[in-house]
Amino acid sequence: MAAVMDFEELRRGLYWRKNLDKLFVVLGLFILLSCLGLLAILFLDLVRDGAHRFGWDFFTQFPSRKAERAGILSAWVGTSMIMLVTALVALPVGVAAAIYLEEYAPKNWVTSVIEINVTNLAGVPSIVYGLLALGLFVYQFDLGQSVLSAGLTLALLILPIIIVGTREALRAVPKAIREAAYGLGATRWEVTKDHVLPYSTGGILTGLILGLSRAIGETAPIITIGALSFIAFLPGSPITGEFPFLNFDWLKSEFTAMPIQIFNWVSRPDQAFQQNAAAAAAILLGMTLLMNAVAIYIRFRFRKKINW
Amino acid sequence: MNTNVVDRADAPTLSIAMEERGAARANAAKAVAEKLDFWYGSNQALKNINLLIPENQVTALIGPSGCGKSTFLRCFNRMHDLQPDTRYAGSIMLHPENVNLVGKDVDPIEVRMRIGMVFQKPNPFPKTVFENVAYGLRLRGFNNRTELGERVEKALRGAAIWDEVKDRLNDSALALSGGQMQRLCIARALATEPEILLFDEPTSALDPIATAKIEELITELRQRVTILIVTHNMQQAARVSDFTAFMYLGELVEVGATSQIFTNPSKKATEDYITGRYG
Repeated sequence: MAAVMDFEELRRGLYWRKNLDKLFVVLGLFILLSCLGLLAILFLDLVRDGAHRFGWDFFTQFPSRKAERAGILSAWVGTSMIMLVTALVALPVGVAAAIYLEEYAPKNWVTSVIEINVTNLAGVPSIVYGLLALGLFVYQFDLGQSVLSAGLTLALLILPIIIVGTREALRAVPKAIREAAYGLGATRWEVTKDHVLPYSTGGILTGLILGLSRAIGETAPIITIGALSFIAFLPGSPITGEFPFLNFDWLKSEFTAMPIQIFNWVSRPDQAFQQNAAAAAAILLGMTLLMNAVAIYIRFRFRKKINW
Repeated sequence: MNTNVVDRADAPTLSIAMEERGAARANAAKAVAEKLDFWYGSNQALKNINLLIPENQVTALIGPSGCGKSTFLRCFNRMHDLQPDTRYAGSIMLHPENVNLVGKDVDPIEVRMRIGMVFQKPNPFPKTVFENVAYGLRLRGFNNRTELGERVEKALRGAAIWDEVKDRLNDSALALSGGQMQRLCIARALATEPEILLFDEPTSALDPIATAKIEELITELRQRVTILIVTHNMQQAARVSDFTAFMYLGELVEVGATSQIFTNPSKKATEDYITGRYG
């Protein structure tokens, strides 16, 4: 049988097809590196502007009217406490919701409506969550302009992220494993608790941390519920030296947070405060990157342990 | 339990078949499917299946892809109940208590606690070897470490894998080879002493040596447990089973002693399948 095209023709055609392939690699790499480059430039710029403010004092001092004496102590403590509340609330609620949707919910239109709305929630502007929280948590439930209100608000904000992330993780557990457990006579809850959840812990924690790294930078909702921008005291410590060793006063405390502090400094005309803002922004960015690194590490660890 | 199958009035179809053809004697019935129909939604996958599963013998289900043999097997431990929109009609009676395994009033979890299953692809839990075998026992409330240990050892010995894993009980089951994993899964099913053990093409993901070990194991196991096995491999059916049932398009075409089905089938369709004319 005669060939469709002769050898020379075939080669020429292949040459162009392979060039097209290479072109895509170059294009993709260019776009990727531009994005990363921008981020790197931003980060380096912040570090350069704020360079001489980095130091122990910056972390251990309260804000001050004098730029060179101002620190971010109340801001990073506030942010940490808010993140703690956010994680403690969003994780169990989000995971429970995901388990219900993935393992229990019947496949009908009600479930579909819920699923679509969970996805939509992720796209709601954060200021809207702030307004909701102001009306509901601050006034209706009378929680005040407190760490608790802020934590609950951000928990609400990242709930869709955790639900979607957890569902992905649950879905990654092979059907064969569920069948094995059901085949031994396990109930739905036993299959979930003994198998599906433990095997998807890595993915769930990754989702949590990605959610938290979104929440840590949120400014609008916590301004809305009334974070203070100048705080020269710390909330009470959650852990005390005396029985019962736990103290919940900090939940009701007024607070400030990293983004608020940065916003406050940026809005001042004094150049020295701009440098403070740059330093604080670099630290906030660093915190976010660190959290993402932890997420990657967790995922890596669990992948190594369980490899279907 | 030495009554001949022919004496049982509740298994007319097979009894007649056996009698007519002077088959090898079947033990008393452990389970009897009668007028079993099954639907996925509106799609009827099983049509009027009548089959007797003799106690402590191996019954093989053969037939081309999509003929319903796996579907039939999964009726025995109600695996279909995990999917929405499935429906059974007719009965699978488990003897001697006369429990209808597919009855609406019978809890599928109770059924699965009595009928064990080994799947197509080895599916050990990503836990230790010990915990894999102990899991079924833990579900049944066994917590005593000594007793668990004894039962786990017994199950592992029963599945002919004890010597290979006795020093690795606390290692991950995922570190075992494919054949070892499958024998571990058999041990896991054996640990709870099931009344019937279902095998769904247990060697289709294994190499020939691992396959030979599993087949040898099945031949040993039948002295203690009733076995129902689905296989694509006709030589396998011929090697391990006492009785063979041929299914086609959701119906049971023919059933009889394995030696007869393979040497002297009575139906044309069976003969065509066995001689490789389709499948």
